[in-house]
Parts: sequence; C-alpha cells; structure tokens
Amino acid sequence: MMLKGKAFKFGDGISTDHIIPGKYLSLRSNLPELAKHVLEDADPTFAKRVQKGDFVVGGKNFGLGSSREHAPIVIKMAGVSAILAKSVARIFFRNAINVGLPVLICNTDNIKEGDELEVDLEAGKVKNLTNGTEVTFSKMPDIMLGILNEGGLIPYIEKYKDFVVNPGKNA
Amino acid sequence: MGQTLAEKILTAKSGTNARAGDIVIAKVDVVFATDSTGPLTIRQFKESSFEAVHNPDKTILFIDHSAPSPAKELSNDHILMRKFAEEQDSVLSDIGEGICHQLIAEDWAGPGDVILGADSHTVTGGALGAFATGMGSTDIAVAMALGKTWLRVPGTIRVIVNGRLPKGVYAKDIILHLIGRIGADGATYQSLEFGGETIDKLPMSGRLTIANMAVEAGAKVGLFPSDNVTQEYLRSRGRSERYIPLQPDRDAVYDSAIEINAAELEPTVAKPHTVDNTALAKELKGVRIDQVFIGTCTNARLDDIAIAAGILKGKKRNSHTRLVVGPASQEVMLAAIKEGYIATLIEAGATIVPPGCTGCLGVHMGVLGNGEACLSTANRNFKGRMGNPDSFIYLASPATAAATAIRGEITDPREFL
Repeated sequence: MMLKGKAFKFGDGISTDHIIPGKYLSLRSNLPELAKHVLEDADPTFAKRVQKGDFVVGGKNFGLGSSREHAPIVIKMAGVSAILAKSVARIFFRNAINVGLPVLICNTDNIKEGDELEVDLEAGKVKNLTNGTEVTFSKMPDIMLGILNEGGLIPYIEKYKDFVVNPGKNA
Repeated sequence: MGQTLAEKILTAKSGTNARAGDIVIAKVDVVFATDSTGPLTIRQFKESSFEAVHNPDKTILFIDHSAPSPAKELSNDHILMRKFAEEQDSVLSDIGEGICHQLIAEDWAGPGDVILGADSHTVTGGALGAFATGMGSTDIAVAMALGKTWLRVPGTIRVIVNGRLPKGVYAKDIILHLIGRIGADGATYQSLEFGGETIDKLPMSGRLTIANMAVEAGAKVGLFPSDNVTQEYLRSRGRSERYIPLQPDRDAVYDSAIEINAAELEPTVAKPHTVDNTALAKELKGVRIDQVFIGTCTNARLDDIAIAAGILKGKKRNSHTRLVVGPASQEVMLAAIKEGYIATLIEAGATIVPPGCTGCLGVHMGVLGNGEACLSTANRNFKGRMGNPDSFIYLASPATAAATAIRGEITDPREFL
C-alpha cells in the first residue's frame, strides 16, 4: 500500500501527555472531542492544520509514558496515515498497531516540517518528494504485520479467533 | 545456557524454551484495567464477539485514577465499569480502596506470574518477581477474553546494586540515578533485572518503588528475584502459599550490565520535563516549590509516609508551600492513622487526599497553576502531566519532599536527619 501526505515534524521524547494533555482526560470517552486537542502541548496548531493522509514524524522514543490507547486513536482520527520515528516506546507501538495505525521506525533526520512524503508499506521505503532523499524502515514482527493487515487487533482476533504465530521463532 | 528471570517466567507460561527475541504466547494470570483505560477496554471487548472474560476471579477493574469522580463524564465511565464487573462476575475495586498497583502488590501478584494491566506502571508487580507489564485497552480486552497474550521475550539489562545506602538516601534515589544514567529510552523493549547485596536487603516497599519506575527507562518489566524478602511480604499479606523462590541462572545471558555503588548515591531529583533530567537535591537549593505532593503508586506506602512524618514531626510546612499527601491504599491509610503519622502530617499543615492516583495525572486534587512548581514523589514529570503545560514538576523521594515542604525550596533531606 502506498501512502502520501505532508510531514508534521516533532522532536525527541513526544509523550502521551503531549498527545493527550492531562487536562482533557475527562473527555476520554468522547474521542471526537479529544481528537480536537491531539498533540496540543507539543504543537498547539497541529489539530487545525493536519489533513487526511499526513504523517506525524518524530525523533527518539515517540509515545513514551502512559498506556492510554486514546493517544494513537486520536492521532489516527486526526487523519494521520502513519507515524515515522527513530524509535518508539513499546506500549505506544503495540497500541498503534492494535488500532491499525502504521508506525515506521526509520531515520527521520532528513525530513522537515511540510515535506511531501510517499511511503511504500510493502517495500519498506519512505521517499521524501521535497528533497529527493529516501530511507528504509525496519521490518516489524510478523504478528504485528498480521494485526496491521487486518486493520487492528479486534478484526484480527475476529478472523483468527486466536494469536497466530510459530512459538519460539523469531517471528 | 542459563536463563534470565524474564526468560524463566515466560518459559513456564508459554510452554516453550523462551529466549530473548522469541515471540511467545503466554498464559496470563491476572489482568486488569483502570477507570482511565477500562472504559475503552470494555468498549473494545463489546465491539468484538467476546461474551465472557476467561478468568473472572482474576480480572479486575480498578476505579482509582479519578476517584471520587470530579466530573459527570468520568462518573458515567465509572458506571460502565461497575456494570461490566457485575455482568462478568469479575472483581471491582471501587473508589477509595487504593491505587491499582499497590493493591496488585498487596493482594494479587506472586513470583512467576504474568500480569497485564492497562496502565504503564503495571511494571510495579516486578518487585514480587512477576512478569508484570502495561498494555493498551485493546490488548487488555483480548487478554481478558482469551486468558493469554503475545509477547516478545525481552533481552535483559542486569542492574547490580552493591554497598550500603547512606542515611537520607532511598530506593527512589537508586532508580532516579539509574534513569539519569541510561536515559528515558535506555531500556526500551528490555527487561531491567535487579540484583546485588543492596537489592537483597531492600524491603518490599523500596523494591516496589524501583520496579514502578522501570518503565520510565522504557523497560517492559523491572524484575526482582523472589527471596526471603518476598516470602516475608507474602506471609504478612496472608498469602504464604504463593511463595516460590525465583532467581536468574548464574550463566544467564544479558544484553548488558550496569553496576551501582549505593554508598556513593546522594538524594536525587528529576527536573522538568523528563525523568532522565536528574540532578542532586543539594544542587537545586533555592528552587522555590509551590506544592509538595507525597503520594502515587511510586512512593505512598507506609514506609514512605513514616519517613515523611519523621522529618515533619513538630515542624510546619513553609507558608508558601502546599503539602498534599495521598496514601497508596485504604490499608496504608488506616495503618498510617493508627501509627499517628497522619496526625503528625496534618499538624505540619498537610492536606490528606483519599487513596488513589489523585494529583499525579492532572485531573483533580492538586492541579498546578500557571508558572507553579511541584515537587512530587511520583514517577513522571512530563510537560502538562499535572494538568497544566505551564507548570514544572520535580520528582524525588518522600524524605526530600518532606524537607522541601519545610523550607519551601528544594532541600537535601540530610539537613533534617
């Protein structure tokens, strides 16, 4: 699958408290309202500017902090097609895949705010159409790819009724 | 080839020879969600064709994050949780009973368990030798339904702590020192496995503090061996039968090892806005603090409250510094009342808040004003954490917190010992 959109660039250590500020936690069962404040503490204009298909591009340790799955959900609801980062905190990584939001681990140094990107999920490549550079992203475990391919963990479990892996293998 | 604690537990729970890097399907012993993540867990559960939870007796819904509720939306979330627990005949822990991680330690966790919680600080259970880790709502919904989960067996960083902790230096200072050294992503996807003579002697309260913050270095679990401290703790909780000894093999293979000399440690503080931004308390003398918060799943156990009360006895909080104290559980609060600690703290000017997460996550009971600084015994100081991005959070031990409340500025607690 090919994804195309603009980059919104963030720094290292974007936490779940940046993504969903604590002051809005009382809205946690009102996701559309919560989505209006996504990433507000990191970039107050993000929610207004982001368009369908755009990318959130982070640095190191993206999504550290709380286990709140609302964080990847509201990023997805804002229209973001994938997150690109140098590294990602593990709970956030699982949560994003579980809600069907691709997270791609790659070098993001050559991506600037507003760059046009094209992502080839199968080939594992990110093309920066603005400056002509290209990076590859690391392959995720098969089980995560399987979940992502079904659009998230619930549809995956509905289809397979169980986790499908070869135990003991470095899947 | 020997095994680490993580490999041993996951070998037993997956029925495979689990080695770092393997993907395994592990049996889950205890699974829980809170009122922060539980409503979404329940919605995901109901959106699927699941009908019943796999093991209702070990499926727990904790109402602790906003308890008692400060807003009608949250009250409605609480209704949803109570109804789900009733429908599923599972366990409900309602407002005031305490913080999930404290109650998991008191009543549920045992060595060798796999525990999943819809909260990142689920790692706290590692203090009892449980492979306890946080996940999001959907993973938890599926684990509730199937009684199992998939896990990548983590590689392990062995953390060896030797030497005698100096006066005024505590478990909190060990873990803040470690995170300052390896960074907020220093153990991402890995297990932090603690050992050494200091760890062997550390009481369960201190082990819980350290395990609790393993996630602040990105770790999947923070594991302690199961030894005589574990045995004694389980006995004191009336759960002696849960004790099994559990140690890593001598020839276990580690990703890396870190040694800490406890005798050289000093009271340590994490500065805004990241946990790895550490300094010594004495280096921060003069930093004015508007609110001191002694509470949370990190440092609100009886030992912590006793240390704070010891320093505050016969003294008063500084007139410009509010002092908020929230015990970790109802049992802790009752014991602190019986021991006289709560009276001492109130006499020193403290505001006592109910057992629960309270001010830690910025919903209620201690939200900071613009430009204000809080010194907290919690585990997280991210921008906006306590409800206001225009405020500053410092993290430290209960002793440093008590000394700071007296002086009104960050204070090395050894000045009062």
